[in-house]
Amino acid sequence: MASAKEIKTVLFGPIFANNPIALQVLGICSALAVTTKMEKALVMGIALTVVTAFSNLFISLIRNHIPSSVRIIVQMTIIASLVIVVDQVLKAFAYNVAKELSVFVGLIITNCIVMGRAEAYAMKTGPGMSFLDGIGNGLGYSVLLLIVAFIRELFGSGTLFGVEILPLVSAGGWYQPMGMMLIAPSAFIIIGLLIWILRTFRPEQVEKA
Amino acid sequence: MFSNNDSIGKTFFVVIALCLVCAILVSTAAVQLRPKQVENKLLDSQKNVLAVTGLLTEGNIKELYTKHIQERLVDLNTGEFVDMAPESYDYRRAMKAPETSIRLEGADDMASIKSRANIAPVYFAYNDGVESGKLSAIVLPVHGYGLWSTMHAFLALDNDGNTIKGINYYEQGETAGLGGEVQNPKWTAQFVGKKLLDESGAPAIKVMKPGNANPTSAYEVDGLSGATLTSNGVQNTFDFWAGAKGFAPFLTKVRDGALNNG
Repeated sequence: MASAKEIKTVLFGPIFANNPIALQVLGICSALAVTTKMEKALVMGIALTVVTAFSNLFISLIRNHIPSSVRIIVQMTIIASLVIVVDQVLKAFAYNVAKELSVFVGLIITNCIVMGRAEAYAMKTGPGMSFLDGIGNGLGYSVLLLIVAFIRELFGSGTLFGVEILPLVSAGGWYQPMGMMLIAPSAFIIIGLLIWILRTFRPEQVEKA
Repeated sequence: MFSNNDSIGKTFFVVIALCLVCAILVSTAAVQLRPKQVENKLLDSQKNVLAVTGLLTEGNIKELYTKHIQERLVDLNTGEFVDMAPESYDYRRAMKAPETSIRLEGADDMASIKSRANIAPVYFAYNDGVESGKLSAIVLPVHGYGLWSTMHAFLALDNDGNTIKGINYYEQGETAGLGGEVQNPKWTAQFVGKKLLDESGAPAIKVMKPGNANPTSAYEVDGLSGATLTSNGVQNTFDFWAGAKGFAPFLTKVRDGALNNG
């Protein structure tokens, strides 16, 4: 097993230093779709973290036996199976959220983060570290999703996790919700701003022109 | 066992072994979790029935449902009640299976649903509890094709069998933000108080172009802006289910007082 410092880098690096959404700009599609509510974003983040962690683990376990000619198919089979299992579990234990997330749980299969980590990391590294790398990248994805969802839900519907924070005009309060926050383009703009902020504080993330 | 990872034998071995393991994993999960999922589906449908009648409050859905809702099965061809346990009836399956449904073709199939079950569930809502015998609403399950998907809804009628008390689209796959707005309570609120049928008993709800509905009209509602085809789907759903192939025979019986006698 690697040193404590290395574990820390693998586990927490993807949150700010090497965020899969903000730096690598992967997994944007679902980040636009599931961030209208904190609850949705949280469940999606957990689902993706579980899938990435376990797909990394399993792929890493059999990495020395995967024929290179069919390696992508092998990875996809493992990822797809895990996604189906996660989808079934959600339908059984979090039915309402599963209904709202609808196709996006299934679309974890095509999420570039999962494939990217499997191909770039798990195929070359031992199972323990691969598992942590999956959790780390899942966390990076979840944190960004939660930040975006926080802004969108708070300003779009005046609530957080469904609890009223800003009383709406329509319910006798003072806050006029920003309808734009509830449609996908707002997430695009918010993610863009977050990338800008992140790169202002971490200039090493800026690509050379 | 294999000298080379990339040999044909090894490739086949790995792929087949992997497929077996994954298949077992997936099917175990599906089979094990099925009872729980079925229960969730049932609970969700009960919740939607309660919601459309305005009886949904905080608390145990199962208890609320048993207290307020009575489910009966109706033969759509005759409008008569069928003596069969509603719990054991699978409406979704019956509407597809040829032996329990009728095929719809051409002008008959205005809601584009291809076939219609012979027997449909209807739900009777009692605000003061089932044993009070004071019927407050009749809930009919309706569905029709929109732009991309079959949209399923519960339609609640007053005990006159004509005045709409509410409609709740609980399952649809229309474009989010445009056609998906059929679910929006603000939009469905317009239906409340409208009449399903005109004086002659013909389907009368008119989904107009957005902004064109006359608010004093008993039949007109505004369509969804940016979602003409979804709005048409809603129109077709009403036309079909209020018509002769839909619930019309049953509703005629309701108006003639079938419910007072039993």
